Amino acid sequence: MTDTTETTARKPRAPWLTLRRREAIEGWLFVSPTLIGFLIFFLGPLIAVVFYSLTEWNLLSQKSTYVGLANYTDALRDNPDFWHVIRNSVVFAAGLVPLNMALALGLAVALCRPGKGVVFFRTVFFAPVITSAVAWAIVWKFLLQGEAGAVNQMLAGIGIDGPNWLREPNWAMFAVIVTRVIKMVGLNMILYIAALQAVPRDYEEAARLEGANGWQIFRMVTWPLLAPTTLIIMVITTIGSFKVFDHIYLMTGGGPENGTLVLAYYIYEQAFEFFNIGYAAALAIIMFVIVLALTVVQLLLRQKGSS
Amino acid sequence: MALTRSQTRTVTRIFWALSLSVVAVPFVFPFLWMISSGFKSATEIFGQLSLIPDTWRWGNYIEVFTYQPFARQYFNSIYIACAVTGITLILSSLAGYALARMRFAGAGLLMLFLVSALMVPEEVTILPNFFLMKWLGVMDTHVPLILLPVFGPHGVMATFLMRQYFVSLPKELEEAGKMDGLSRLGIWWKIALPMSRPALAAVAIITFLFSWNLFLEPLVFVSSLSNFTLPLALSNFTDPYGAPLWHLQLAATSLAVVPILIVYLIAQRQIIESFAMSGVKG
Repeated sequence: MTDTTETTARKPRAPWLTLRRREAIEGWLFVSPTLIGFLIFFLGPLIAVVFYSLTEWNLLSQKSTYVGLANYTDALRDNPDFWHVIRNSVVFAAGLVPLNMALALGLAVALCRPGKGVVFFRTVFFAPVITSAVAWAIVWKFLLQGEAGAVNQMLAGIGIDGPNWLREPNWAMFAVIVTRVIKMVGLNMILYIAALQAVPRDYEEAARLEGANGWQIFRMVTWPLLAPTTLIIMVITTIGSFKVFDHIYLMTGGGPENGTLVLAYYIYEQAFEFFNIGYAAALAIIMFVIVLALTVVQLLLRQKGSS
Repeated sequence: MALTRSQTRTVTRIFWALSLSVVAVPFVFPFLWMISSGFKSATEIFGQLSLIPDTWRWGNYIEVFTYQPFARQYFNSIYIACAVTGITLILSSLAGYALARMRFAGAGLLMLFLVSALMVPEEVTILPNFFLMKWLGVMDTHVPLILLPVFGPHGVMATFLMRQYFVSLPKELEEAGKMDGLSRLGIWWKIALPMSRPALAAVAIITFLFSWNLFLEPLVFVSSLSNFTLPLALSNFTDPYGAPLWHLQLAATSLAVVPILIVYLIAQRQIIESFAMSGVKG
């Protein structure tokens, strides 16, 4: 008996559970709770809603029939309500996004450097962000009541006769947009402050030595460096404004005269008040496509900007 | 008379402070008005603008609790937010850790898959989820209010945040853990988690507030008063004819908002940073 025969006899077969396989199994185990929940409560429903959208299904009739694209043609061609709702959503976004971003940038520039009072003002402008939309909407609904509301009383104090804000379609939309901006602007302000603080000081110093004034420095140096942040903020804010629901539900209920009836509210109404399941599902898919398109467009813009 | 340099600076500074204060009015006034109106009678709320009530009606704050089971609803909001936060922290850090630190086939694809989910609004999937919850027999319970935030886009964002943080941690400590014979789970629990306190805090803060402020889901899934969460309860202070009971509604709203505001004032730096972190990276 020699040592060599013994070692060849005992030569181990490669074990099935290699380190790599082991790591793969563990990896999948780590992600599986998230993944399974995600499949059941998110991806599954997303696929289901596509199928719902192809059916005529009123909850009262208890059964659904396949109708092809009828719900979509109904929305896009036959039902004038739909385009009214889309118009409202676009007006809401077109009013909210620029106002929000301009104010956020202005506040961020004013508050990006440490100084007395900066922390105080940041705290103040951010406070509505953490407040529930329900509380915010309730309070503003009171403040904007006709003559008796605090806003109109203040306006009367300086001799202005304010409108009945939430009872006139155009003013209602304006009021909803402005109160929403006040609620959410703090978030964008913080994102801009973070971006401004990341701007290298040397660039500004160099521009200053060249004799640029404050506005020129902002326009030529700071603003271009903020471009990626601006795009991200634009994506987040536009998508957020297309999803607005609670604010509308509580302040105007879509009224007056459907003047503030936006897409998210319309979907809720069709689904859970009128129980038009198929139509509501088609609307949901349309909303999904709009949000997806917005995201893709802005991601493309971002890529173009960075190359 | 020309101003000296330091005088110009002082003038500019005063100008800034004044204009910021003016801008701050619509941010601060609603809170002050809400709290003071909670002490007024319904008629006084619209009678005059003064922030100091004629007579302080402390009774409003008692009536809030007798009008509907407000204490119960308050408790519902607290325990649901705690449950959502706890579960989200565990699941998102587990998945985030695996996606950041472990090599396995399909990880990249999975990541892409999850991130693309961030683009889907909850409004899109709520309808099928409504039928799913009905089928599971959990309508008018808190199960949907816990499951949907954990596994919806918010949970995905939490996972993504944790992953970004784990990626940036130094590898050496993990190696040391491996030498000491720790399992993967052990490394995650004893090394990775303790090192990621800032990310965990950020996820905890935004998750808690997200759940606390949720409105659409409770509106759709919960119907009985004793199962209401705060946002639903607040919009429910109406007399039998549907007219709002202003003084009660504002007292209740103050009770729901003020504790969160106090926490915010104490931990404002951390809270603001959490939002900045999630916003920039998510």
